[in-house]
This record gives sequence, structure tokens and C-alpha cells, in this order.
Amino acid sequence: MMRLEKRPQPSRFFAYATPVLAVLATFVFGGLLFATLGKDPVQSILTIFWEPIFGEFAYFYRPQLLIKGAPLVLIAIGLSLGFKAGIWNIGAEGQYIIGALFGAGVGLAFYPVESFLIFPAMVLAGAFGGWIWAMIPALLKVRFGTNEILVSLMLVYVAEQFLASMSLGLLKNPEGFGFPGSRNLQQYASAHNAEIITGSGMHWGVVAALIAVIFAYVLLTRHRLGFAVRVTGEAPRAARFAGVNPSRLILFCLGTSGMLAGLAGLFEVAGPAGQVSIDFNVGYGFTAIIVAFLGRLHPIGIVLAGLLMALTYIGGDIAQSQLGLPAAAIQVFQGMLLFFLLALDLFTNYRLRFGRAETA
Amino acid sequence: MDLSVINPILLTAALMSAATPILLAATGELVVERAGVLNLGVEGMMILGAICGFAIAVETGSPLTGFLAAAVGGAVLSLLFALLTQVALANQVASGLALTLFGLGLSALLGQGYVGIKPPRMPDVNFGFLADIPIIGPILFSHDPVLYLGVLLVAAVWATLKFTRIGLILRAVGENHDAAHALGYKVVRIRTLAIMFGGACAGMGGAYISLIRVPQWTEGMTAGVGWIALALVVFASWKPWRVLLGAYLFGGITQLQLNLQGAGVAIPVEYLAMSPYIITIVVLVILSADKSAAPGSLGRTFHASH
Repeated sequence: MMRLEKRPQPSRFFAYATPVLAVLATFVFGGLLFATLGKDPVQSILTIFWEPIFGEFAYFYRPQLLIKGAPLVLIAIGLSLGFKAGIWNIGAEGQYIIGALFGAGVGLAFYPVESFLIFPAMVLAGAFGGWIWAMIPALLKVRFGTNEILVSLMLVYVAEQFLASMSLGLLKNPEGFGFPGSRNLQQYASAHNAEIITGSGMHWGVVAALIAVIFAYVLLTRHRLGFAVRVTGEAPRAARFAGVNPSRLILFCLGTSGMLAGLAGLFEVAGPAGQVSIDFNVGYGFTAIIVAFLGRLHPIGIVLAGLLMALTYIGGDIAQSQLGLPAAAIQVFQGMLLFFLLALDLFTNYRLRFGRAETA
Repeated sequence: MDLSVINPILLTAALMSAATPILLAATGELVVERAGVLNLGVEGMMILGAICGFAIAVETGSPLTGFLAAAVGGAVLSLLFALLTQVALANQVASGLALTLFGLGLSALLGQGYVGIKPPRMPDVNFGFLADIPIIGPILFSHDPVLYLGVLLVAAVWATLKFTRIGLILRAVGENHDAAHALGYKVVRIRTLAIMFGGACAGMGGAYISLIRVPQWTEGMTAGVGWIALALVVFASWKPWRVLLGAYLFGGITQLQLNLQGAGVAIPVEYLAMSPYIITIVVLVILSADKSAAPGSLGRTFHASH
């Protein structure tokens, strides 16, 4: 007879071990998935996780790790604050799009003026765009008690339509021969989010992500607001006695995560993506949810998780071109990771006991 | 712009068809939530149902077998959610999101060989002379069987919840799982069955999109319908007939904006296309003041030890 017994204290060992075990379990089951698709499982896993860092062309792929990891970390840091407090912002993808539109819009409005002030103005506009888009679910929740999960998610679809409208209309390149999409910001020096050190993958988004990680770490461990976030998530009733104002916390958590998602969008559209187009967003806002959970909602953990997820994107691309592994298989692989993580998390709070329960 | 091209009779008939995917998914989710479980994976189960139904219908040539396969597909995926939340006691919000992300990926993987194929058509139910009655005929008696099944399902769920012992037990588990457990009801078993029912309904709703509404397979084709269905359950204050009303309202809006796009209204297509989502938000705002109807144990984890 097997049964679960609640631990008096969450296990510290399992809190750290769960993500590692989940990754290992995903390797096994992901390998089985690749095998059923007719690919060599070991070779597939090696191509995805070994090739980009240690393979023959690693010098080309390593910078990509920063480029793909930075937006994931930036968004996930913001999401983790809310998730910790039980405030679920699921619409980071929408905030990412709107941030990019605001930022790129400011940059394009100045075209072709060259000034060192343009890029900082774009950064501010991007942060503002993401913030304002997140304020919609936040204010509705505070004022009317509306469910923030549904509202923030609905706004993703609204933002996608808005993006389509902008890239076909207002922001369309007037010299683009009628093709959809804006001017390429990479060719506009004042608005280009260029690499700080050429060939390193290090652009301003990476810097912003690092600042966000430090900011979140200090906030959660040293600041009153971080205490409010943690206590609200763990014991909402106690939080009220401790004088936490739930409305302000909702505004703060959703606002911060929206702002960071907006920044991620701006850095992406002004750098690696280069232009506003119908499908410049590639779902970082949703993958960041996996990153936040895989990183145990802890800033340092999120950095590691972000790099791992970036690896699956890069390695997935390589596996796609070299082994013909479909892109959707990588998506399944990422989803699987979250499943195993949530399932194995059981052992953090419960232990498995064998034998019959003694009657109390 | 020419609004006269919009035929009110055809619009009403099409509205019922547009509402059916939302109706099926929302009815299933209503049962799940009445059992005290919040499954945010509706979108994932719908899209998996859409491809399972599509693939099986194409392979066997029978749309009905397709719908059955969609129900099975949705239920199997929801079993993963049940495993996570009922056995591994994981957070329901996170597990639901995981289900959606996983379902979207898996459906894209399964659907690779099915892009650009036309599925077998499902014949309409033959009502004989009834279909020839002016106005009422085309609106009520000229649809496929699944549409009627959706309405029957609402009636069945309503009657079961209200009049039967099973319904009473289900509601008891949803209102207070500790009390239900103390009375000797198997909370986990009942919830798992409810989750699977919800999965089957969502799967059929997805298949309705890929087999009848569109009918085609494209990645991510459910485009948020699962989330609208979730909102609809809140909108309906967890009451079956209001789900029907709400689904027809949303179906009407979706169909109307499509017709307006066709009629060439001066509003850009993108703004018309975002209207169902915006209206969902507005409706949520208007109705979220009253949460008294929500099942008492909704979203809470049950473990017999505490």
C-alpha cells in the first residue's frame, strides 16, 4: 500500500532536485518521442543540447544563446513576481507585441533623423507600451474583480490583430514596394539595438535582463515589497494582517511584468527581428511561462532555465535542418518539460510512504 | 459598403453553427468546474480534438468516427491534467497552462501531413418537410447532427445536475470536497471522471471547427475559442442554459463580424476580427461583480490528509 504524507516542511533537496529530474525525464520521454518519429533519439538529444555549445559551429551558436535567452529571462522575471503572489499574467505575449509596437513606432516616427536620444526614447516607449497593456487586466481586476488570466489572454489575440493592422497599415515601409512590414530598424543606426561587442550576442536586451535579475533578487530577499509578494502567495490571510494592500500588489506585479515584457519586445524588434511584421513574435511570451516555473520562480533559477530553453530553440533549429526533426516536436518537448516539473514537484511537499496508515 | 448582402435568416442559421464549438467546450468545462476543478487547458484539448477528429475522419472517410476520435483524444489529454492535479496535487492554473502549451505542440506535430486536405463532409440531418418551412426551416432544421447534439448535451447536463443523484454528488464534491470526502464519496475519482468528460466535450468542440466550420486543418486554428469557452462559464454563472445563451451571443458576434468583413464595411478587417475578444472582456467585467455562484472548492487542491 502506497500513500502520500504531507511533509511538515517543504523538502529543500527536492526543491532543487525537481528541475534537474524533470529535465532528465524529458530527455527520456523526448527521446522516445523522437524515436517514434523515426529519428535516432541519442543523436537528436545531442544535436539539440550539445551541438550549440560544444559542437563544430559552436562559435556561431553561442551568441544565439544570449539573443534567444534574454527575452525569455526578461519576461519570466516579471511573470515570476506575479506567480509568486498568485497573480497570473498569462498575456505576456500581448504585452511583448504592444511594447515592440510602441518602441518601434517612436523610432520610426523620427526616421531619418539621427540622434543618440532616439534609442533611449524607444526603450521608454517600449516599457510604457507593455506596462499600459498589462494595466488593462490589472485595473479591471482591482476595480471589478475580473479574472486577470482570461483578460490578459484575450488581449494577446487583440494585440496580434493590432500588430497585423500596424504592419499592413500605419507602420508599413513606404519604400517597401507594397510588402507588409515596417522599415528595417537594423539599417537605421539611431534606432538599432546593435550588439555592444560585435559577435558576442550581447545587445542591450541582455543588459536589461541582467539588471532585471539583480533587481528581482534584491526585491525578493531584501525589500518589503518582495516580502509582500511572498507572503501573499503563501498565506493571503496573513498578508492582510501584515498590512499588505492587495490592490497595489496587483498593480505592481502586473505592471512590472508588462513593462519587462514590453522591453523584451522592443529589444527584439529593434535588434534580432529588425522590423515590425505580422509574425515577428515567436511565442516567447508563452515559453517564458515554462521558464518561470522551471526556474522555480527564483531569479537565478530563471537565468538557468532561460538559457536551457534558449538552447532548445537553437538546438531545435539545428535538428530541424540536419535531422529533419519537425519544429512542432520541439514545442512538444518544451510542454513535456513543464508537465514533468509540475508532477515531480509533488515530492517537495509530500513524501511517499509504504505500508498501511496507522489510525490516529 | 452593402449591408443588404447580409441575410438575417442565413446569419441566424450560421450563428448556431459558429456557437457550437464554444457551446460544446463550455458545457464540458462547466461540469468540470461544478466538480470543483479549474481546467485552463480547454484550448489545448480543443486543438488536439480538432486534429484527432480531422485525421481520423480523413483516414476512415467517416466524420462521425472523427468526432468519436476527437472525444477520445480530448479525454486522453485531459487525463494528463487529472494525473497532475488529482494524483500529483499540482497547481491547477499551472497544470492547465501546461496542458494548453503541450496540446498546441502535439496537435501541430500530428497535423503535419494533413495541411491542405479537405475532410469528408458531414451530411445535415434530414427533417423532411420541416426544412421547407419558411424562416424556421433554414434556421432550425438544416444543420448537421453535432449541432443538435450540443443543444441536447446542455439539456442533459442541466437535468443531470439538477435532478439526479450523480449530479448532487458532483455538486457536493465541488462545493466542499472535505465534507464530500467525510460522507464517503471518492473525491478524486469523481473529479477525474468530470475532467475526462470535459476533455471529451472540448475535443468534439475542436473537431467541429476543423470538420464542419472551416473545414480544414491549420496549426493553432482554434485561435482562442477554448479561452472564450472558459470565460463563458463565468459569464453563465455556472448554469447550463446560460451557457447556451452565452454561446449563441458569442456565435452571433463572430458570425456578424465575419459577415461585416464580407460586406466591406469601412472598419479594417483586423479591428472586426478582434471584436469577439474585446466583447469577452467587456462581458467579464460586467458579470464579474457576482461571484456567489462559483463552486466553493473551485481551484483548490484536495488531499485526504488535511
